[in-house]
Amino acid sequence: EKTKENFFSKLGKAVAGKSTVDIDVLDELEEVLVSSDVGIETTVKIIDRVEARVAKDKYLGTSELNVILREEIAGLLSENNTEDIEDFELPKDKKPYVILVVGVNGVGKTTTIGKLSHQFKQKGYKVILGAADTFRAAAVDQIKLWGERVGVPVVEHGMNTDPASVAFDAVKKGVDEQADLVIIDTAGRLHTKVNLMNELSKIKKVIQKFIPDAPHEVMLVLDGSTGQNAFIQAQEFTKATDVTSLAITKLDGTAKGGVVIGISDQFKIPVKYIGVGEKMEELQVFNKMAFVESFFTRN
Amino acid sequence: MFDSLSVKLDRAIKTLKGQGKISEINVASTIKEIRRALVEADVNYKVAKEVTDGIKEKALGRDVLIAVSPGQLLTKIVHEELTSLMGGSQADINITGDPAVILISGLQGSGKTTFTGKLANRLKKQGRQVLLVACDIYRPAAIDQLKVLGEQVGVEVYAEPENKNALQIAQNGIAQAKKTGKKIVIVDTAGRLAVDDQMMAEIEGLKKSLKPTETLFVVDSMTGQDAVNTAKTFNERLNFDGVVLTKLDGDTRGGAALSIRAVVDKPIKFISTGEKMDAIDLFHPDRMAQRILGMGDVVSLVEKA
Ligand SMILES: Nc1nc2c(ncn2[C@@H]2O[C@H](COP(=O)(O)OP(=O)(O)OP(=O)(O)O)[C@@H](O)[C@H]2O)c(=O)[nH]1
Ligand SMILES: Nc1nc2c(ncn2[C@@H]2O[C@H](COP(=O)(O)OP(=O)(O)OP(=O)(O)O)[C@@H](O)[C@H]2O)c(=O)[nH]1
Ligand SMILES: [Mg+2]
Ligand SMILES: [Mg+2]
Repeated sequence: EKTKENFFSKLGKAVAGKSTVDIDVLDELEEVLVSSDVGIETTVKIIDRVEARVAKDKYLGTSELNVILREEIAGLLSENNTEDIEDFELPKDKKPYVILVVGVNGVGKTTTIGKLSHQFKQKGYKVILGAADTFRAAAVDQIKLWGERVGVPVVEHGMNTDPASVAFDAVKKGVDEQADLVIIDTAGRLHTKVNLMNELSKIKKVIQKFIPDAPHEVMLVLDGSTGQNAFIQAQEFTKATDVTSLAITKLDGTAKGGVVIGISDQFKIPVKYIGVGEKMEELQVFNKMAFVESFFTRN
Repeated sequence: MFDSLSVKLDRAIKTLKGQGKISEINVASTIKEIRRALVEADVNYKVAKEVTDGIKEKALGRDVLIAVSPGQLLTKIVHEELTSLMGGSQADINITGDPAVILISGLQGSGKTTFTGKLANRLKKQGRQVLLVACDIYRPAAIDQLKVLGEQVGVEVYAEPENKNALQIAQNGIAQAKKTGKKIVIVDTAGRLAVDDQMMAEIEGLKKSLKPTETLFVVDSMTGQDAVNTAKTFNERLNFDGVVLTKLDGDTRGGAALSIRAVVDKPIKFISTGEKMDAIDLFHPDRMAQRILGMGDVVSLVEKA
């Protein structure tokens, strides 16, 4: 709340009756954006856009500038296919719909999968999970516990087995049992590790042997507190697996996840979900305006 | 995406060329470049400002050597400044006590449990008797994870899967260590957010009751601007003794290291560089400074000159 008052009261003083934006306002805006991990390049771009709009629209009151700011930032998200989705829904013509979940270590992949299965199960969908992280200590136990908690079956071959064959079996079970959704967990991996990135491509290929247009979604999970490295993560995981959606986790903390704005600016990947806690209910569909608003209102 | 600092400064050098001394006028745009480079490396925005103000002070009036370009000289000054900011006294961990208790803290997924295994492995190799205590009673399979790691490194793990009181488990673990002659106890805890008051109170309680000889704050080196908030709050509640920087085997610049050092002034004691149990190392401030700045051999070039 404090930041909000500060920022918007300064904004008020600085724009009253002017047709250009005061340098103080822009500095302030720069600080808000950069401290949210938006990154310099994208911040400069946003500021340029705001300046251009202000020059065009001439007279501006504080409230108009407020609106412009939010619109321009949210605009960067829209240009890149981030449509606000209303609810947890699956396309009707893909059955089972297959989601492959990828990301670096510890970002919240397995937890997000647990939460997603809870949401879709609540909606009446039949969900199956694939425990294809066979590497990290107790990873299979972790997803099995999630399966129990949520009440969905987990396909597993135990630790240190071939992840691709787990994925294959999970998808097969999905087809055999006419499930609506199959979600495949994978081990966390840094994008700099070539072998591990190749393994993801292999998992994809194996799934495609069974359902040619699957996985229908490759979801990259990003930790909301990650800084500029998230750009490179988006870039490298896209290269290896054609990422089609993003989930941003841990937004219940003080980190703001601003890298997403920059990522949206450079990659055409929509943000679909945000994680706001460790409990199974604590996953939300992404809403652009609410996300942008949080830059100015939280801490 | 990230131009290295030297490349950026090369651009700025043009405006500096032909000047014998670094002056207010010729340094301004270069300082701005340095600040941007730091922010792009995830150094906190405010910290980057403070650091570059300090650098400017140090740079002004310095004679530019004939053999070195002003840009290179500046890069050297920046490198020195960052190194000294992150360095200071290289502190080891305190393992005196009977038993010595090491408390591990940090955000979710930062690498605490993995580091706990690695530290046990390292201490064991130094010939010490170690007991691991599993106090993460929340995360699914957290206890199993620690047990697997303990097994890998051949160190016993104390756990009470049915007990929902972390403090009790820790105290029982320490009692067990005394009974079995283990000289070091490492307590793995659940990940928690700085804003989660209840969870912060839990770890504060652990700290107060166990009186650990060493409390470590484990942080993901990919963390962005928020690193300062988290480090500040954890330090206020725990007054931790040192920092562990994880996942440095990736390509992150790791500016969080500088941010944290600037806001809490606690030494970085270890770095984690992989998922394997031997991927642990001591912290080297000069290497970290080079990493943040994205410099290859600029420094050594300048040293030679
Ligand atoms: N506060 C908070 N914690 C989260 C959220 N999502 C995940 N976590 C926590 O983050 C930690 C790591 O989550 P995991 O789901 O195990 O992450 P992962 O990406 O599967 O990790 P690896 O498989 O080891 O790479 C756990 O302690 C989770 O409880 C979130 O939205 N908010
Ligand atoms: N590449 C790499 N991965 C690491 C490193 N340290 C930990 N990890 C991985 O990061 C993920 C999270 O590590 P954990 O040790 O479970 O983290 P944690 O802090 O105990 O997590 P919570 O207990 O859920 O809060 C796992 O996939 C680890 O294998 C490291 O230095 N490098
Ligand atoms: Mg996982
Ligand atoms: Mg843990």
